[in-house]
Amino acid sequence: MSFKNIKKDFPILEQKVNGKNLVYLDSAATTQKPKEVINSLNNYYKETNSNIHRGVHTLSQKATEKYEKARVMIANFIDATSSKEIIFVRGATEAVNLVASSYVKPLLMENDEIIISQMEHHANIVPWQMVCEEKKAKLKIIPIDENGELIINKFNELINKKTKFISLNHVSNSLGTINPIKKIIHIAHQKNIKIMIDGAQAVQHLEISMKDIDADFYCFSGHKMYAPTGIGILYGKKELLEQMPPYQGGGDMIKSVTFEKTTYNDIPNRFEAGTPNISGAIALGKAIEYINKIGISNINKHEEDLLNYATSKLKKINKVKIIGEAKEKAAVISFIIEGIHPHDIGTIMDSHGIAIRAGHHCTQPIMDFYNVPATARASFAIYNTKEDVDELVKAIEKCIKVFA
Amino acid sequence: MNEWDDLYLEVILDHNKNPRNNHELEKHTHHADGHNPLCGDRVSINILMDNETVKEVSFTGSGCAISTASASILTETIKNKSKYEIENLFKDFHDLVTNKNEDKKKLGKLAIFEGVKKYPARVKCATLSWHALMAALEGEKETTTE
Repeated sequence: MSFKNIKKDFPILEQKVNGKNLVYLDSAATTQKPKEVINSLNNYYKETNSNIHRGVHTLSQKATEKYEKARVMIANFIDATSSKEIIFVRGATEAVNLVASSYVKPLLMENDEIIISQMEHHANIVPWQMVCEEKKAKLKIIPIDENGELIINKFNELINKKTKFISLNHVSNSLGTINPIKKIIHIAHQKNIKIMIDGAQAVQHLEISMKDIDADFYCFSGHKMYAPTGIGILYGKKELLEQMPPYQGGGDMIKSVTFEKTTYNDIPNRFEAGTPNISGAIALGKAIEYINKIGISNINKHEEDLLNYATSKLKKINKVKIIGEAKEKAAVISFIIEGIHPHDIGTIMDSHGIAIRAGHHCTQPIMDFYNVPATARASFAIYNTKEDVDELVKAIEKCIKVFA
Repeated sequence: MNEWDDLYLEVILDHNKNPRNNHELEKHTHHADGHNPLCGDRVSINILMDNETVKEVSFTGSGCAISTASASILTETIKNKSKYEIENLFKDFHDLVTNKNEDKKKLGKLAIFEGVKKYPARVKCATLSWHALMAALEGEKETTTE
């Protein structure tokens, strides 16, 4: 499979930034969108725009059909048992908040414990802190080692009869570590503990099967997998979702409303109050179509090649240190350059037309662990090439020269 | 010629590498910590005031080249100045880096930060130490750029 012409699918990548060809290496923050996805939004508003689940008129039926078709595509993409297990949300952040509020909070008692890890994104820390504070429960943290891998033995030690829930990321956004979630889920289930996996950095890189990993909840954001912002997915096992109270009240999440009593709708509509992001959901379906056309295993192979190429190039530069060297990694490289602050790296890169992220990547506990204020991060996607890596390396060498 | 030459001037690179007055100040009357939560930069400013005038000033902390150089040059600039003079200087400096000031004469050495105006994302780097300085003069203990 050749990835040479993939860049042409992404109109935004044709532009120049600061007089240079744009080299976009910030896909872990958000990916660019292929023509199919952009056209899908455009076509929806030109041809189909209408409210779903409401009208008997043709457009409403068409919109409903496309929206529900996208749900089925997503269910197939992550190999869920039923499309009823797919809830449309704004993004992974909302999904975590939904589970924290509707599933975990009602069962949490004083002094109960929730386990997360040291490598979580703030989105998988703060919602748990909030629910723990409200219910006087405790948050326990699985530590990581110097390579950026979870210390599984410590995880085993943290589990006890007060443990009520576990939430972990599948892939770390700042270290790139791919966590052994199947094994972790198995350990959790042996102890009868439910577990949520934050897959925001995983679905765009790895083949995933809900039936295989057996997660109780799994979530991801559309915009990190070639779809628009403002649409994301919460997967939940049917039997869990069915017993959960709604997250928000409003239209479309009810069966009947009188001022005396409201009967809530069945899943998944129960969790989709109000008019949802219809065009976003349909465009997410298109993004999945695009991924499927290329093949997720081809994507995985291509990105792994880029990661290995970039890692070996960066390791040859004396002053560069890679942060996060797990054995299993997704196409994300965090690095620091001795004596140069990541912000200055970011500015020099930008003047070369290279977009990288510089900062703490919403993972301050990781920065504290490695005792750095911030890192520079290059992250890759299907449209990146070895030439992009070469540009990155050239710009790093320039940085070192300027600040020598 | 590089695109960033107007930002990373030789003087700024020099102050980043060899920051002036970069130490604690045992005897001080005013102190404040500045923090930019966005990038994690931290700077602490210590001042010894005498007769309403800055007699001694120093800084510590870690940050990017722009914030380090800005703190370093700040310490050189405000010595022997009154609080009133410093307030006016900060206003002029802030106007300079946010592209609201064409009159650089009043700013002296600080004018070398003019290049920052082309990099809106870096304005907070250039002004962090100034915010900490103003907080110290106001008798506050800490401030953030948020």
